[in-house]
Amino acid sequence: MLQVEAVNKSFEDFKAVNGANLTVGKGDIVAVIGPNGAGKTTLFNLITGALKRDTGRILFKGEEIGELPPYEICRKGISRSYQIVNIFPRMTVFNNVQVAVLSHQRQSCRLFKPAKTLAVGETNSILESVGLLDKARGIAGSLSHGDQKILEIAIALGNEPELLILDEPTAGMSPEETSATMELIKRLAQMRGLTILFCEHDMDIVFSIAKSIMVMHQGRTLIQARPEEVRNNSFVQEAYLGVE
Amino acid sequence: MFEEVVRSKWSIFSAGLLLILLILPSFIPRFYVYLLALIFVTSLLAMSLNLVVGHGGLFQFHHGVFYGVGAYTVALMLKKTSLPLWTGFVAGPIVAAVIGLVIGWFCVRLTRLYFGMLQISLGSLIWVIVFRWYSLTGGDDGIPGIPVPAILSPAKNSYYFILIVLVVCLILMYLILKSPFGSTLQAIRDNPQRCEAIGINVRRYQLAAIVIATFFAGVAGVLFVVLERSVFAELLFWVLSLEIFIMCLLGGWFTFAGPILGAAIMVALRTFVGIFTEYWTLILGIMLILLIFFLPEGVMGFLQKLFQHRTKDTAERGQG
Repeated sequence: MLQVEAVNKSFEDFKAVNGANLTVGKGDIVAVIGPNGAGKTTLFNLITGALKRDTGRILFKGEEIGELPPYEICRKGISRSYQIVNIFPRMTVFNNVQVAVLSHQRQSCRLFKPAKTLAVGETNSILESVGLLDKARGIAGSLSHGDQKILEIAIALGNEPELLILDEPTAGMSPEETSATMELIKRLAQMRGLTILFCEHDMDIVFSIAKSIMVMHQGRTLIQARPEEVRNNSFVQEAYLGVE
Repeated sequence: MFEEVVRSKWSIFSAGLLLILLILPSFIPRFYVYLLALIFVTSLLAMSLNLVVGHGGLFQFHHGVFYGVGAYTVALMLKKTSLPLWTGFVAGPIVAAVIGLVIGWFCVRLTRLYFGMLQISLGSLIWVIVFRWYSLTGGDDGIPGIPVPAILSPAKNSYYFILIVLVVCLILMYLILKSPFGSTLQAIRDNPQRCEAIGINVRRYQLAAIVIATFFAGVAGVLFVVLERSVFAELLFWVLSLEIFIMCLLGGWFTFAGPILGAAIMVALRTFVGIFTEYWTLILGIMLILLIFFLPEGVMGFLQKLFQHRTKDTAERGQG
């Protein structure tokens, strides 16, 4: 479904992404791992159009998307959440998700129809599936950090993506919240038939849910393989997992 | 339930206020009828600016230009052409919106302060044209004695005309802000980057908002001509744009009706303090400093909070 081939991105002299390769098949759960500064977030920004790649190819369902602006990439079926909470803090939880649903339904430009009558069912069902329905009328900015990260995912679901990209979905969460969130992501993937690409620091989580793992180091793809192969790869052990 | 209580109280309040405004001209001196009408025109102008400033988060620094363009368009059409009178009334807002589209097309390519700076430059260009093109616009003399339709000549009639247009525009603005477009606009104000990521073409929406706001500014310009029967280049000068901006801040730019209050305060201040001293802006400056320290969300924002607390309290007491 998603194919990243030999992609490079430099900021001035710093090569943030330097020969990244990634394959995500339909229905897969793929993890990207690597130490801080390995280029994981930059890679996600390149795929979603927030940054433009210098060279290389990014194909989604066989189509080059490297030159498209973010809003068009989203309309092709790729949604994302952010590592650092990136929501609409002054709006209600309901409105946060509804804006995405309206955008997906191409209703955002309607001028005189009251918004509160539109996309209510879809928005509520998303909020229910992530467990935020009882907080729907609260202001998003006053939610707890954990709930804001969940809202991140809910907003991304509003666009009914085929590929969901999650940039450290559990960053800053307590251990209990983390495992609940990973359960949620697994459940959502099954329920909605999502393909998921995510990055995460907690190796237990990564190895328990990913079907395929891509390891990045200094902007480069070391390997992409099944979890057990990654675990046994001596190159990866040296560079990242640490040899015991 | 709480929201409904607030909303019904607001609509009763608005209806009552409208009723008072409808019967008031029969009881007050002509000067006050004129002053109220001036407040209505200025309110509409401030409300139109707040669509993009408060609700859209854009640094629309030179909104006065579109007001002036609307006013000059109708003035020139009434003075220099023999087209039916009402065509000028329609042309004013449309020309203002077209100029808004052109200037906005350039401005939305930039963000925040850069947006504002470019708009001041492009807007000042239009001011210079109006100020210098004597043969067409009369330059710094402006255009006096514009023949408005006879039916609008009596002060009371123009008052009612302006009030009705204001109410219609306010209803339209309210609908727009509560529509999907309105909530998308507010989402863009809160977080443009996230909006791009959920499939929204941010620039296009910002441009659409500017066109809508400048259209309403054009309507205000037409109403100004109805009221004053003259136009002058100051309408497009940046000082006026700043004043409208202050009205939004003063009244409360995150509220719907705040700019109306801001406009009323500014017009009243200029009129009544202006009688005693030409340095009325000094008073305004002091007010602004106090505002920033004590009412950062504006007068209306403050009142709303006060009101909400009270309603909540009584609602809770009622339940208990």
